[in-house]
Amino acid sequence: MTATTLSYGSHDPDAPNVHDASDNYLTHGQGLRSWLTTTDHKRIGVMYLISVLTAFFLGGVFALLIRTELLGPGRTIMDADTYNQMFTLHGAVMIFLFIIPGMPAIFGNFVLPIMLGAKDVAFPRLNLASWYFYIAGSVFALLAIALGGVDTGWTFYTPYSTQFGGQVIPIVFGVFILGFSSIFTGINFIVTIHRLRPQGMGWFRMPLFLWAIYATSIIQVLATPVLAITLLLLIAERTFGVGIFDPAMGGDPVLFQHFFWFYSHPAVYIMILPAMGVMSEVISVFCRKHIFGYRFIAYSSIAIAVIGFFVWGHHMFTTQSAVANVIFSALTFAVAIPSAIKVFNWLATMYKGSISLDTPMCYALSFIGLFAIGGMTGLFLGSLGTDIHLHDTYFVVAHFHYVMMGGTVTMFIAALHYWWPKMFGRMYSERWGRFACLLIFIGFNATFFPMFVMGSQGMPRRYYNYMEQFKAFHHSATGGSYFLAVGFVIMAVYLLHSLFRGRPAPANPWGGATFEWRCSSPPPHHNFDEPPSVGDCYDFSNLVYDKQVGGYVLKTPDGAGDSEAGR
Amino acid sequence: MSDSDSQRDRDASHQVPPRPPHLAHHFATSKQQFKSGKLGMWIFLATEILLFGGLFCAYAVYRSNHPEIFAYAHAYLDKTLGGVNTVVLICSSLTMAWAVRCAQRDQQRGLVVLLALTILFAFGFMGIKVVEYEHKWKHGLLPGERYRPQGLDDTPESSAETTAAAASKPASTTAASRPATSRAAGTFEERSRIAPAPRGPAGLADDAPDAKPRRPEVRNVHIFFGVYFLMTGLHGLHVLGGIVAIAWILLRARKGHFSSAYFTPVDLVGLYWHLVDMIWIFLFPLLYLIH
Repeated sequence: MTATTLSYGSHDPDAPNVHDASDNYLTHGQGLRSWLTTTDHKRIGVMYLISVLTAFFLGGVFALLIRTELLGPGRTIMDADTYNQMFTLHGAVMIFLFIIPGMPAIFGNFVLPIMLGAKDVAFPRLNLASWYFYIAGSVFALLAIALGGVDTGWTFYTPYSTQFGGQVIPIVFGVFILGFSSIFTGINFIVTIHRLRPQGMGWFRMPLFLWAIYATSIIQVLATPVLAITLLLLIAERTFGVGIFDPAMGGDPVLFQHFFWFYSHPAVYIMILPAMGVMSEVISVFCRKHIFGYRFIAYSSIAIAVIGFFVWGHHMFTTQSAVANVIFSALTFAVAIPSAIKVFNWLATMYKGSISLDTPMCYALSFIGLFAIGGMTGLFLGSLGTDIHLHDTYFVVAHFHYVMMGGTVTMFIAALHYWWPKMFGRMYSERWGRFACLLIFIGFNATFFPMFVMGSQGMPRRYYNYMEQFKAFHHSATGGSYFLAVGFVIMAVYLLHSLFRGRPAPANPWGGATFEWRCSSPPPHHNFDEPPSVGDCYDFSNLVYDKQVGGYVLKTPDGAGDSEAGR
Repeated sequence: MSDSDSQRDRDASHQVPPRPPHLAHHFATSKQQFKSGKLGMWIFLATEILLFGGLFCAYAVYRSNHPEIFAYAHAYLDKTLGGVNTVVLICSSLTMAWAVRCAQRDQQRGLVVLLALTILFAFGFMGIKVVEYEHKWKHGLLPGERYRPQGLDDTPESSAETTAAAASKPASTTAASRPATSRAAGTFEERSRIAPAPRGPAGLADDAPDAKPRRPEVRNVHIFFGVYFLMTGLHGLHVLGGIVAIAWILLRARKGHFSSAYFTPVDLVGLYWHLVDMIWIFLFPLLYLIH
């Protein structure tokens, strides 16, 4: 390892850093047109950031409306039909428009080529097309809302979606188009990782974020087409009355569930794997310590992707045969193993590390706690006996919010803070960042922890009304959701504020050793004039903090900081 | 895919030859670009296989749930037209493969002619498909609620046994496999005349003594046509997509864009076209050649 790190000094790897800070990807080309026709992966990442955060805001508003309605039993602010539409739209928007495209499309696009020292992804035009498909799919989804909404639940189960359910076709068609966006991104990332790695970067020298993105892309590419055909069948059923999911016509509604979950269970790993990848980066950088068990983390990403394809039946314990149930239950337990391997490796990385509690690290810490709770309660649901009791209760709602929001959203925010200085060249307020993190952590637990209790006591999910005994839990959940909202608003304010008033970011504010910290903040249009030389991306021994630049710089052989590298 | 491969690509970049015009800015060498494109195409083909895989899976589920429907209804498909179409597609695959070879060997004229031939074959396939679809449409052999079979005795292939004829001699109606033997005069009103099965659906115990196929009781025949139209329809859309793609490289070939140094688009479109061909080679026996 020491031999490789020496190569930092040779070969003039820091030449890209001497770029004039005013000439970066943000200023390279002016006007809206230059953005809408760009094939620059960084700009596409930023365009995704804006559109995906808009969807997140929309989904968040739906969530707040749901929680407000549930302040009291019976009618509070909306009638039952509107409520059904609200939870459907909250689910559909959050899943298909926010969390599935979110991490890969934003951060994958922005940092993946830079982490490889490449100039762009393998197919830049396909990359732009993927963003347009995302927008087109979102427009159809919004059209469904504008035309009167959908109330099938985000899973579009038949016969709700074939015989009732409002504007099912626009939203289903929208999701179909979004699938293309996802596939294009996946193909791009797989090919980029295979073909554009720089000289000397073998598979086991890649940053772990890339392993996670690679595993995610495999799922995107192999699972999404099955969702596409399922949705086409659903549209055919609804428009032409094909009867393929209609038992009255010889069809099989359970087949829809199989098809749907064959995509949608692997899809939860599309959501969580990139979060785990960010975790591996953040935890190592902010502990100033080499990641523990690199190969185990890398392989466990692939293991999760592979096993994840064979556990879909655990969504159907109440609709399929006992033998299938036993098999799917066992496989579900198997997928817990690689997840646990990751958590233990992160904890081992922290052990005796020099931990600094910057905002991304605060989120990383809260991720460990929340993901542990979410993952463990997943085992309750994966075992047959308890699942029959807990099926379709608030326990399930709490479980997947702990994993998806406590896990993925937490790391999404961490990634946003971690790469914010790189993306926009500005530092946000560290104090407000930590404060918002605390608010979000408290608000999250106040919202979702009571749901575990409610669910185990029998409160069914998706119900408009509830019994007196659940009142206190619902109050806590609604109060917590307001806390969350305040936390997110504070975050939006200080992040936007930083764009205009923030301190200019140094090239390497956190002391990361991956390639993106070697080009200036924000990066120049072509990232690097010449691919940087590959070292160990988790070795921080030759990075020292330089007070003058306010960030980390490479140590030159004589021991002094090389200030030019830090610009 | 191996590291040494990509490493060699990069090593080659150090000699800095003049950049050919087709080489995108983010690739070091033409070879790296070609291999990236090829890998991307193969991954895309994998997604296509999974897309059709869903339909094949639906086919398997419905065929195992309702074997009698498939045995009965497939006789309405025209094996001759289907067979001709198979030959047409295989020929188009040949001309496509040949076109790629021409591109690799700088044979501009051959490339253009063969691409044009491929498009011609593709249109031939779609033309025959239109004839088949029109026949189904005319006779109401449509999916789901629109399944209203009528007037089928004007085609040689139709297994137009009427409900009445079948009911009069149920034992002889292995009509599906030998439609000609059970042809009956008069109109065909399969759906409307069927009363709900008086002794429960086929397969229950009281049917056991005469376990011969009981055609009048084949219910939900529309399922076969649902599967048929979805599978061949999606395949037909892919053929149309292929026509557009081949037309695009034909235009570029006429402008002389391709040579032995750069033939990536021809190669990739060729790969796609072979996949479309191959899917049909699975569809044909599964739908037309049952039993």
